[in-house]
Amino acid sequence: MTEFIQQLLNALSLGAIYALIALGYTMVYGVLRFINFAHSDVFMVGAVTGCFLGKYLPAGTWWGGLSCLLGAMIVCALLGMLIERLAYRPLRASPRLNVLITAIGVSLLLEYTFQNEHVFGAAPRAFPQIFPEVVWQVRGLTLSSNQLLVIGVALVLMVALQFIVFRTRIGTAMRAVSLNPRAAQLVGINRDVVVAFTFALGSALAGAGGILYALNYQSVEPLMGVMPGLKAFVAAVLGGIGNIPGAALGGLLIGTIETFVGGSQLSTYKDAIAFALLILILVFRPAGLLGRRTIEKV
Amino acid sequence: MTPLRRSLSSPHLALLAALIASVTLTRLVTDPYANDILTTLGINIILAVSLNLVNGYAGQFSLGHAGFMSVGAYLSAAVTLFAGPALLGEDGGSVWAQNALFFAALLAGGLCAALAGLLVGVPSLRLRGDYLAIVTLGFGEIIRVIFQNIEPLGGALGLNGIPNYTTVAWTFGFAALTVFVVCCLVRSTYGRGFLATHDDEIAAEAMGLNTTRYKIAAFVIGAFFAGIAGGLYGHFKMSITASGFDFTKSIEIVVMVILGGMGNTVGVILAAILLTLLPEVLRPIAEYRMILYSFMLIVLMLMRPQGLFNFHLTRKT
Amino acid sequence: MSFSLRTFARLALLPVISASLFAADVASIKVGEIASLTGKEAAFGQSSHKGTLLAVEELNAAGGVLGRPIDLVTEDNQSKAGESATAARKLISRDRVTALLGEVASSRSLEIAPIAQSSKIPMISPASTNPKVTAIGNYVFRVCFIDPYQGTVMAKFAKSELHLKKVAVLTSVSSAYSVGLAKYFKERFTADGGDIAIEQKYSEGDKDFRSQLTAIKAAGVEGVFVPGYYSEAALIAKQARELGLTVPLFGGDGWEAPQLLEIGGAAMEGNYYSTHYSPEDNAPAVQGFVKRFKARFGGETPDAMAALGYDSAVFLADGIKRAGVTDPAAVRDALAATKDFAGVTGHTEIDANRNATKAAVIVTIKDGRFKFFQSVAP
Repeated sequence: MTEFIQQLLNALSLGAIYALIALGYTMVYGVLRFINFAHSDVFMVGAVTGCFLGKYLPAGTWWGGLSCLLGAMIVCALLGMLIERLAYRPLRASPRLNVLITAIGVSLLLEYTFQNEHVFGAAPRAFPQIFPEVVWQVRGLTLSSNQLLVIGVALVLMVALQFIVFRTRIGTAMRAVSLNPRAAQLVGINRDVVVAFTFALGSALAGAGGILYALNYQSVEPLMGVMPGLKAFVAAVLGGIGNIPGAALGGLLIGTIETFVGGSQLSTYKDAIAFALLILILVFRPAGLLGRRTIEKV
Repeated sequence: MTPLRRSLSSPHLALLAALIASVTLTRLVTDPYANDILTTLGINIILAVSLNLVNGYAGQFSLGHAGFMSVGAYLSAAVTLFAGPALLGEDGGSVWAQNALFFAALLAGGLCAALAGLLVGVPSLRLRGDYLAIVTLGFGEIIRVIFQNIEPLGGALGLNGIPNYTTVAWTFGFAALTVFVVCCLVRSTYGRGFLATHDDEIAAEAMGLNTTRYKIAAFVIGAFFAGIAGGLYGHFKMSITASGFDFTKSIEIVVMVILGGMGNTVGVILAAILLTLLPEVLRPIAEYRMILYSFMLIVLMLMRPQGLFNFHLTRKT
Repeated sequence: MSFSLRTFARLALLPVISASLFAADVASIKVGEIASLTGKEAAFGQSSHKGTLLAVEELNAAGGVLGRPIDLVTEDNQSKAGESATAARKLISRDRVTALLGEVASSRSLEIAPIAQSSKIPMISPASTNPKVTAIGNYVFRVCFIDPYQGTVMAKFAKSELHLKKVAVLTSVSSAYSVGLAKYFKERFTADGGDIAIEQKYSEGDKDFRSQLTAIKAAGVEGVFVPGYYSEAALIAKQARELGLTVPLFGGDGWEAPQLLEIGGAAMEGNYYSTHYSPEDNAPAVQGFVKRFKARFGGETPDAMAALGYDSAVFLADGIKRAGVTDPAAVRDALAATKDFAGVTGHTEIDANRNATKAAVIVTIKDGRFKFFQSVAP
């Protein structure tokens, strides 16, 4: 029984991270109808920034850790906006395939630049303990403050996101653009600003996800975003792409499935299982769990 | 034109000429390093042209081509390694017997890859653009994970000691065959079907075209040739591991197709030549090579999305 | 006739010029090196490269081999599959190397070996431990021990030294090295009467081992054998301690890297692994090597890969010297006949399968540092 609860805790913290990344995918898809391939690498940049900042900020203090987190989020938000401005905006009118290829190009550029020995190097590095770590042993269960922090921060960020999207003007503008971009422009919404803001928000969440992931698994390397990014994408699709609560739900589900498969004898297939799930969803319920079926008008 | 004249038209003659040229080339080139580059070139041409059929002509953006390559590589190597000793006998068999076995192994690999292409193509029917890309990527990864876990096929170590049957003749011969098949296909009614599906699937369906058939055909044929390329690769490197056929390999092939211009066979061949020679030329700055490639991809999409070697008008994708 | 200073100077230069022309006729001995200088296993490749480089520089400073300097031509395979084969072909046909040094990883050595064998160029792997490598042909050598030996060493160590009766094995299925080492460990451990209570698997690049470790903890084992590479081993140790799994962890030479301590931190205390050498070994040859390495590479302490890289180059030079010529076939025969090579990584004897028979070193981690624990003779 304790093993089960322990695995459940592992599942929750992993699922929370996937949810954070999935939210970024889902928001960008909502406003631009496009999958940002480079999102997983923004996640990586967040973790690398945290690694870098952690060297200068005092480790193991609450305010040090929080400023590290905030710093990474800001850097990632800026990076996201930069990528959008330079690589995606000029292709707004081009066929979708071209933007997809550009996104792949940006993703590869980030990965290989950081793999270069002069920038970061391909070998994994240790992530500093930016938050003070406490471990509790409760009735055979081990509770790490890091794991609880991950779940807590993810929850706070998701609530904050819900607030922004449903209670602020810019959030309303985001929802308007995702429903109908042309009509939104007709009522005076500046599409460029909304898109830039969406990217900033999504990338900030990815950056936070990167810090939390690195906090949980303590190792940072340039390719660390590839697998979590793909799985978070599966999570976003599972929950219904473009649907914010769906992304959170999807993240939790994928995290749980992966954790329990990882503990079983099929552990080496756990990467393949996420993809198999994706294929099943897209074949049987393409709109996802919480998504609405859209009818394509010709 | 008499029926005979019609059937011996230029594509067939070109194929014959190419096959003769490739055999001659093998005899002429003796330097192992040059041999290495030419063989790699041939394999890359097969991969790029077959992917071009799927991505460029039929418009199905596939990111899992390396998966099909790995199926071909593993299966053909399995034939030569496990069935070879029994069929060839103790002394290793004559050159003719070895080549016959090799041909059979390649075909087996190609057919299995085609089957994999069918399995990938069917679920992907309903998907467009981004989703299709991710699903094909997923399939590529699933295939990799499966091979990594199959013990009889070497598991993590992969297969080694694969006999070195690949020569420049074989690779260029198959490259010529691939180009021939793709060109003929594109000029046939199937080709019209591909283009129609690519241009506007709903309109094509409304006109009565069975887009399903064309999409699956593209996947299966593309996968078949990728499997052949994989078989040639396995018998060239003499050692294959599942991790060598991952997403990165798929991307390398995709870059060739994009550079050449999607739907432009000549351009794709030129791009394959460029991207085979470039790593050798860039050996001194090998660590910056991939950064250069990804940068080039972005710049290309921003400035010349029709590809570097596409001299026709920009096709609307 | 007046003997102007100018004419005298010109006449004096003549012998100098002719000497340099003559010196230019003394061709260097080209030796190829294939290493993973960049990419995922850059740590190993760079380490072994530094060791090899130091050896070559020292040999050249001492007058070279057979009076000729060694020209080391290095190719980077970026830790990618398929690249080593191309590099090997280029080195053999373009650069016309006499011998090949490389690679550290067994999977990449297996790419190079068939090419070296068919081209009849001797190949010396510094650190590939999978037995299949030298089985390819009689031109393939290695200067390190092989996994069957390493697995046996750790099995005996676990049983006799740590007195463990019930252990878990956590293998990386995507690494041939890990799978091989695990197999030999299990064979010996169970043959000695031990019990492998549970086996779990992971893949390289994985970051989360909590599910596997939770299952291992529930099995109530006394120790965990982790025959993988350092990046995952460090994380496994950390997560194991976080989950309350306090039993000792032990592994093989894949743990050998400074990142093991950087990433693993305090969780690595009290764990053990087998390796080829320890910089704390008091033998004068080892201490001399450590000092020279530190002087050459800015105070960096050489690890096992560096030591093996060094030994592979010195071993080759020794073979060439004994052959008396640079003809690859003669060099191969000389290498195969090596009976008593005193390398930095210990006394080496090349057996009939061209593997090195040598002692293994068990290292433990104490007070945040690698500490020599014991040496195990073959």
